[in-house]
Amino acid sequence: MKKAFVPLLIVATLMFAYAPVMIAQAPFESTMFLLQKIMYFHVPSWFAMFAAVAISAIGGIWYIFTNDKRGDQLAVAGAEVAVMFGAMGLTTGPLWAYKAWGVAWQWDAKLTIALLLELTFIAYLLLRKYGGPGSDKLSAGVALFGLANVPFVYYAVQLWRTIHPLNTVVPSLPPGMREPFWFCVFGFLLLMTLLVAMRARLERLRTTLDDLYLADDES
Amino acid sequence: MFLKTVLLVVKKDFAIEVKSYEILSTTLFFAVTCVLIFSFAFVREAEPISKDMVPSGVLWIAVAFAGLLAIGRVFERERYSETMRALLLAPAPRPAIYLGKLVGVVLLLFATEALLVPMIALIFQAPLFRWAVPLSGLLVTGTIGFATVGTLFAAMLVRSRARDVMLPILLYPFTIPVLIGGVWGTAALLGDEPSVPVATMWTGLLAAYDVVFVTLALWTFEPLMTE
Repeated sequence: MKKAFVPLLIVATLMFAYAPVMIAQAPFESTMFLLQKIMYFHVPSWFAMFAAVAISAIGGIWYIFTNDKRGDQLAVAGAEVAVMFGAMGLTTGPLWAYKAWGVAWQWDAKLTIALLLELTFIAYLLLRKYGGPGSDKLSAGVALFGLANVPFVYYAVQLWRTIHPLNTVVPSLPPGMREPFWFCVFGFLLLMTLLVAMRARLERLRTTLDDLYLADDES
Repeated sequence: MFLKTVLLVVKKDFAIEVKSYEILSTTLFFAVTCVLIFSFAFVREAEPISKDMVPSGVLWIAVAFAGLLAIGRVFERERYSETMRALLLAPAPRPAIYLGKLVGVVLLLFATEALLVPMIALIFQAPLFRWAVPLSGLLVTGTIGFATVGTLFAAMLVRSRARDVMLPILLYPFTIPVLIGGVWGTAALLGDEPSVPVATMWTGLLAAYDVVFVTLALWTFEPLMTE
């Protein structure tokens, strides 16, 4: 990762610089016109959030069962980045919904899961911050349980009427919109990877520093 | 003199709080979770529910709050007398310890519900006993689901700082499916057109939740409780 970091950072910067051009050139959607362009920001941020959640849960499982600190560092990094992308999704979603549906919030399956996952990972960060000793293991459990909770929330809320576009919308995007959409998705995923890598490195350095302090105290 | 002391105490509290924002961020988070819980219990499709369904929301919120207290106290007692460590040092399989704690909490909550349900039926004049069997199915599966996650988190929080505020913060987001299932399963039994199949469907969801989370908890309790 260390060697690839700078080249990838350059790629990500170029992608984000070019993205507005691609979005501007994409055709207008027939009913929402300009409004629909928020999709190129909204949907990729959820892609990035779910990927970061998965990274956090995998890191958590790795840490719980092997006691390997690297797993924990990955889990914290994933959780923080997930909360950030989640906040982006939760800001752009209601903005779009307010104009497209007429209401900013609906208790449908996708919105509820998004909100609950965001809350779960905020709880994770609160636990890390204020939980004191032992909270690293517990927070790994939180990430794992949070992931297991998703299908239940989905099924439970599905029984309410849902107005959110179905998952089938993405593969059926018209050609002119498909390219900028996937371009944005990959741009966001790349940004997410870089942020997680950076944050994990920071956590690793912090642990090393803590260990050094401890070693200094003992000597 | 009096006013000066008041100001000094306020200043001291704020000086501590702005260093960490611990109280502000945790209470704000708890408040948001409460909004979530109440909206699942009393709102449907952005409309307030009919008044026939209010008792089911009240019942399940009471169960959630009482459950939180019970779970917290069960482990607080262990912590006061330092018996948690002794329990963990015992040459017994860890999952057995977890299961013992869980069964204890569940039985306590059943006892509470045995008094709570008649009380709610009386106060709200709700026909809760018309469908006693489906309702007990919902209560049993819901209580187990709630206690499963609660017991695991409370056990892990015993050693942690700020455990009294962390438990509700962790527990409520995780038990939202239990709350939805319980509230809407019970609501299906009340109202003008009671429907047992709908209640049974929700019981099924709760039972699936129980199976998944009991399995997960038994699987992770051992590695999670190792220092």
